[in-house]
This record gives sequence, structure tokens and C-alpha cells, in this order.
Amino acid sequence: MTYIQLTYSDLILPALLVLMDGALSLALHLKLERQLAVATVRMVVQLVLVGYVLTFLFAAVSPVWTALAAVIMVLFASREIVVRQKRRMLGFGTYGLGAGCTLLAAGTVTMFSLLTQLHPEPWYHPRYALPLLGMILGNTMTGVSLGLDVLTTGLVRERAAVEACLALGGTRYQALLPVMRDALRSGFMPTINGMAAIGLVSLPGMMTGQILAGVEPIDAVKYQLLIMFLIAGGTGLGTLAAVMGAGRLLTDHRHRLRLDRIATETSG
Amino acid sequence: MLTVSKLTRLHICVSFELKDGECIALQGPSGVGKSLLLRAIADLDPNEGAVTLDGTLRETVPAPLWRKQVTYLAAEPGWWADTVQEHFAAWDNAMPLVVRLGLPPSCGTWPIQRLSTGEKQRLGLARALMLQSRVLLLDEPTSALDATSTAIVESIIAERVSCGTGVIWSTHDTAQAHRVGSRLFVMGSDGRIEEHQI
Repeated sequence: MTYIQLTYSDLILPALLVLMDGALSLALHLKLERQLAVATVRMVVQLVLVGYVLTFLFAAVSPVWTALAAVIMVLFASREIVVRQKRRMLGFGTYGLGAGCTLLAAGTVTMFSLLTQLHPEPWYHPRYALPLLGMILGNTMTGVSLGLDVLTTGLVRERAAVEACLALGGTRYQALLPVMRDALRSGFMPTINGMAAIGLVSLPGMMTGQILAGVEPIDAVKYQLLIMFLIAGGTGLGTLAAVMGAGRLLTDHRHRLRLDRIATETSG
Repeated sequence: MLTVSKLTRLHICVSFELKDGECIALQGPSGVGKSLLLRAIADLDPNEGAVTLDGTLRETVPAPLWRKQVTYLAAEPGWWADTVQEHFAAWDNAMPLVVRLGLPPSCGTWPIQRLSTGEKQRLGLARALMLQSRVLLLDEPTSALDATSTAIVESIIAERVSCGTGVIWSTHDTAQAHRVGSRLFVMGSDGRIEEHQI
């Protein structure tokens, strides 16, 4: 495998393009220059740090360090899920549910691929485990946050319908089913749309990376297909677990709708 | 017989008994907690106190089963599917009742969105009556109806009461309260009920 290596100095010229964006923002009074500067600095610092962290992890090949990195990734994902909610759940539902479901879904699917398809030696080798987990986590997180958002918003909006079903002797699952269906559909949609458009509209980032690194396109495609299947599985599993779990948290054992468990304030 | 003992929900704290074939009219200013009381009896909100039906404690019965026997009907009933008939377990059986309430037999296929408030209220009542509950908790069931429809609803409920159904009927219409109720409860802003003479 041969690829063209870059030095930091090779990045100076392309970075000028971001400066150009900043100049445009100034000239057109878009007021984006500050945000752009912060985002650029964050991106550079985060990516360089990740590069060093991965270098360390790849050299260490330690189950403890790999697991720690995976846990930190899941924590960031669950924070992101909470930030994306218009109406947050109180108590365990705030962070625990999203974190639990993404960990369950992304973790299971990553382990599944490592143990059944890729067989790295050792199986938890961070070079395989962490990038796989990262890609699956990102997509699962989107599914989970969309699903939860549609569920909580839907329950608040459809409260009369849900309670009418409950008042007529419906169980909490019967009453919540229409809203849960909407939530699951929303959670799955980005993955399905992504699968349908892939290759036509854009080449996926991972495949592009492999091709740039000298991998034969058809081999890169196989990897990409593997990832897409894993993403589909992880998103499905995670969204289902999150929506079912949230449905349970937002009702009680007496089959009552408990909207008092949703925070009233909205986040920006 | 429905027995309500020290039922507590927010500021509300009430005790009373509702015999079979009895209709209690419930009155009180808006916002005083009449709906909250009816919802609490149906166990739709967290509440404390003992509620029994023929001596069976509410908590010993699964909540869905309790609500099939002690059914709450909201003033503005909710709808979870697209057409009218999807909300009925057996639409054909409900047809005579629906027609009696002044709606055409063809209304089963009507989309919920085209229903007027009054039509929704009558169909919501028909849907609840189909359960043949032991106790009906009616929350202003005729608030959106004209005099003719109101009279029909009152006569249908009166038939149910004569067959042994217990009813609590919340209403702002004092004349109606006297027409339908065999007892009259007035709820005060302190969350307590007082029985008035009919």
C-alpha cells in the first residue's frame, strides 16, 4: 500500500481557504468569523489530539485503554443526544437512557463485526475496534436522538389521543404505539436515505480514505458495505431500545402517561 | 358501588359513595379541579387514597381493566387514528348508537380532521358507551352540543343509569345538573365537595 504522506506545512495552503471564508464573512457582515475561528481551532486541536491518542492506543494494544477510549466516546455521544433534544426527560432519562442505548447497540454491533468478520489479533485491537465503534456510534447517536425527540414531542402534542386510548382501557403500549411508530420511522430514516443515496451523490468518507491510502476501490467498497450493514443494524437496535425505553419511562405501572417526567424548558 | 375514600390529587381531597344506578351531578367554577377529580378516580394521574368498586380495591385490578369498568370521558375526546371507525372495536355494533346520536351511518369512514367539535363529542361518547362500563365519569359531555343533541345524550345516559350504571356528570349548566342528577355535588376552590339538595 502506498500513499502520499502529508506534512503539517502541506496544510498551510489549504487552511488559507478557511481564512477566505472568514474574509467573506467580514466583507458581507455575516458575523460568522468568530464562530468560524472557534470551530477551526477546535477542529485542529481535537483532531491532532485524537491522532496522538490513537498513536498511543495502537502502540499499547491494551484492553483497558481501549475500553476507556470507547467509554469516553459513548459519553460524548450521550451528551450530544441530550443536547439535540427539544424536550429533555428528567432523572435517568436525561443521560442514562441515551448512553445506555448507544452503548448497547453500537457496542454489540462492533463486537459482532470484530468477532465474526474481521478477526483482528487480539480481537479488541484499537486499530479496528475504535474506528468501527466511532462510525457506528455517530450514526446510532443520530437515530437515537431523532427517535427520542419525535417521541417526546409527539407525546406532548398527542396527549389527548394517548389518554383517550388509556381511558378506554388500552394498555400503555397500545396507547403509545402510534407515536412510537413515528419516532422509530424518524430514527431509521437518515440511515435508509443514506444507504439509498450512497455512491451516487457522494463517496463515503471512509471509502475515500481507503482509496487515497492506496486500497483497490473494490476492496474499499467491501469495507464500506460492511460498515453500512453495521450502521443499519446499530441504528435499528439503538433507536428501538431508546424509543421503547423512553416509552416505558414516560408511563408508569398503572398505565398512566407521565408527561411530568419531561422537563418543561426547551434548550437552544 | 363505587367508594371513594380520601382521594387526594394536588389540592383535591374527597370521600363519597356512588351507588349503582345513581347519577351524581358535579358542579363548580372552572379550574376548580372537577376534571382532575374524575381523572383521578379513573387512575389517569398519580393520586392517593382508596377507591373501590364493589369492595375491590383499584390497585388490585390491572389499570386497563379498571378503566374499562370505571371509564372517564374527556370534554374534548382524543383520536389516535385517521378515520372514525378505527376508534371502535366493533363499528357495526356501535352503529345504532351512533345513528341515535344524530350522525349518519356513513360517518365511519369520515376522516377525524373533518369532524366538528360537536360530532367529536358525540362520537367520543358513543365510543366510551360501547365499553358497557359499570361507572361513567362524564366531563361536560354536552358542552359542544345543541339542545336537541343534548336531550338525546341525556336520555341515553338516563337509560344506562336505570340499567344500573353509576354516573358522575360534570356540568356548568345548573338546569342540566338538576335534570340528570339524583344527587348534586358542588366543588369549592379548596378542593372539597359539598352535597347540595336537588
